[in-house]
Amino acid sequence: MRNIYLDHAATTPMRQEAYEAMIPYLTETFGNPSSIHAFGRTVRKDLEDARERVANALNVHPREIYFTGGGTEADNMAVLGIAAKLQDKGKHIITSAIEHHAVLHTCEALARQGYSLTVLPVDKFGMVSPSELEKAIRSDTILVSIMQANNEVGTIQPIKELAAIAHEKGVLFHTDAVQTVGNIPLDIKGLGVDFLSASAHKLYGPKGVGLLYIRRGTKLASIAYGGAQEGSMRPGTENVAGIIGFARALELAITEQPETSQHLISLRDKLIKGLTALPDVSLNGHPQQRLPGNVNVSVERVEGESLILSLDMAGIAVSSGSACTSGSLEPSHVLMAMGLSHQRAHGSLRFTLGKSTTQEDIDYVLEVMPGIIERLRQMSPVQAKED
Amino acid sequence: MYSERVMDHFTNPRNVGVLEDANGVGEVGNMRCGDIMKLFIKVGEDEVIQDIKFQTFGCGAAIATSSMITEIVKGMTLTDAEQVSNRQVAEELDGLPPAKMHCSNLAADALKAAIANYRENSQG
Repeated sequence: MRNIYLDHAATTPMRQEAYEAMIPYLTETFGNPSSIHAFGRTVRKDLEDARERVANALNVHPREIYFTGGGTEADNMAVLGIAAKLQDKGKHIITSAIEHHAVLHTCEALARQGYSLTVLPVDKFGMVSPSELEKAIRSDTILVSIMQANNEVGTIQPIKELAAIAHEKGVLFHTDAVQTVGNIPLDIKGLGVDFLSASAHKLYGPKGVGLLYIRRGTKLASIAYGGAQEGSMRPGTENVAGIIGFARALELAITEQPETSQHLISLRDKLIKGLTALPDVSLNGHPQQRLPGNVNVSVERVEGESLILSLDMAGIAVSSGSACTSGSLEPSHVLMAMGLSHQRAHGSLRFTLGKSTTQEDIDYVLEVMPGIIERLRQMSPVQAKED
Repeated sequence: MYSERVMDHFTNPRNVGVLEDANGVGEVGNMRCGDIMKLFIKVGEDEVIQDIKFQTFGCGAAIATSSMITEIVKGMTLTDAEQVSNRQVAEELDGLPPAKMHCSNLAADALKAAIANYRENSQG
């Protein structure tokens, strides 16, 4: 039985180096970094060392790094933190229709509390238009939050250009970079963003830890209370082992990024070519501005969950934007925002490749897909349009 | 997430396809929610379902419930078949995940639609 994991955008296996770095902090090096005694001081030193290594890898200042409980928490801290901090200046927030729910639902929660929200549309490739952003900015706009790359379709946004537009009008800019750190070249200073969220488990680190980059000179209101940790931005005893593992995984991800990307792009393009050569299978997302490991296709006349189940039985783990897998009655908001029909959205399939993915894995996927699609199409009452 | 019986019916669905000499056809669901079930029945003069086939666009639960209902009602009288509920179909499959009980558990509705269609046809 094959066991091929092609769901790296959901999570990645933790790498050995990160695991080994964590072990002491799960056992003998257990002190609370806030304690004054030797047990605490040792851990404090290692924690700050981890922060420094993360900052070096990202080419930012250590004091700009705030460790969090993951990507979602970092997004919440940025969006809610700015909204609270700048509410006297204005209550207008701009985001995009294809954000992760960590940003979108947070913005919607603010809208229910009396904030004004503009959700920018995207084109058929999932791209936000800089001119649309420019038009949307008002005198009371306090934050623009647009993700660097989409988790479902892999479209990479022109963040540098979008951030520049926001800054020209004096508006702060946040980007959710959960899918990009370690996957594409990242230059935070060059991008010019004020806030950036990242997550460890998407880059072969542990789950339950992430970071928020806060550019020096910008201030957020904290959204939780009860401790002075992380500059009071993220109160509570630090997830020391997680942070140590994150730092190790991040350093390695950034160092290896050029090589990893090259590997992923060649496999990605092979998979895209093979899948879209099948009848009535089309690519979703941008053909070029795309995450190295992302392949998202729609299979006409077949529903996504039944494709996932069939692939799972063949030993291949993937995901879909169909309603059945989103936990709601509606298919993926990302695919719908890109203008896909309900049928194509329900029939979407996402393959996200990783470091360990091989040519053989891709060959095997391409070998089993035609039979799986054919079997489900034979069951389907939706018929191909006659030419 | 799914029971073994659901996976069995998903993997080896019974009575798939179009019934060429059907005298009742029912279709329920829509593309918006991502489930469409079409049932074909061949009803004899004794009002017994002699043959039944299905076509389904949908998730594992949608396919399994379609398959299951064809097994349950084949050979039943229309009066008995009409009594079969969506809940009963789910029970025969050893249950469905809660989220699937509403959206993808429509097989009994499809059967009722097929029976109604048969009655319309036979009155004409």
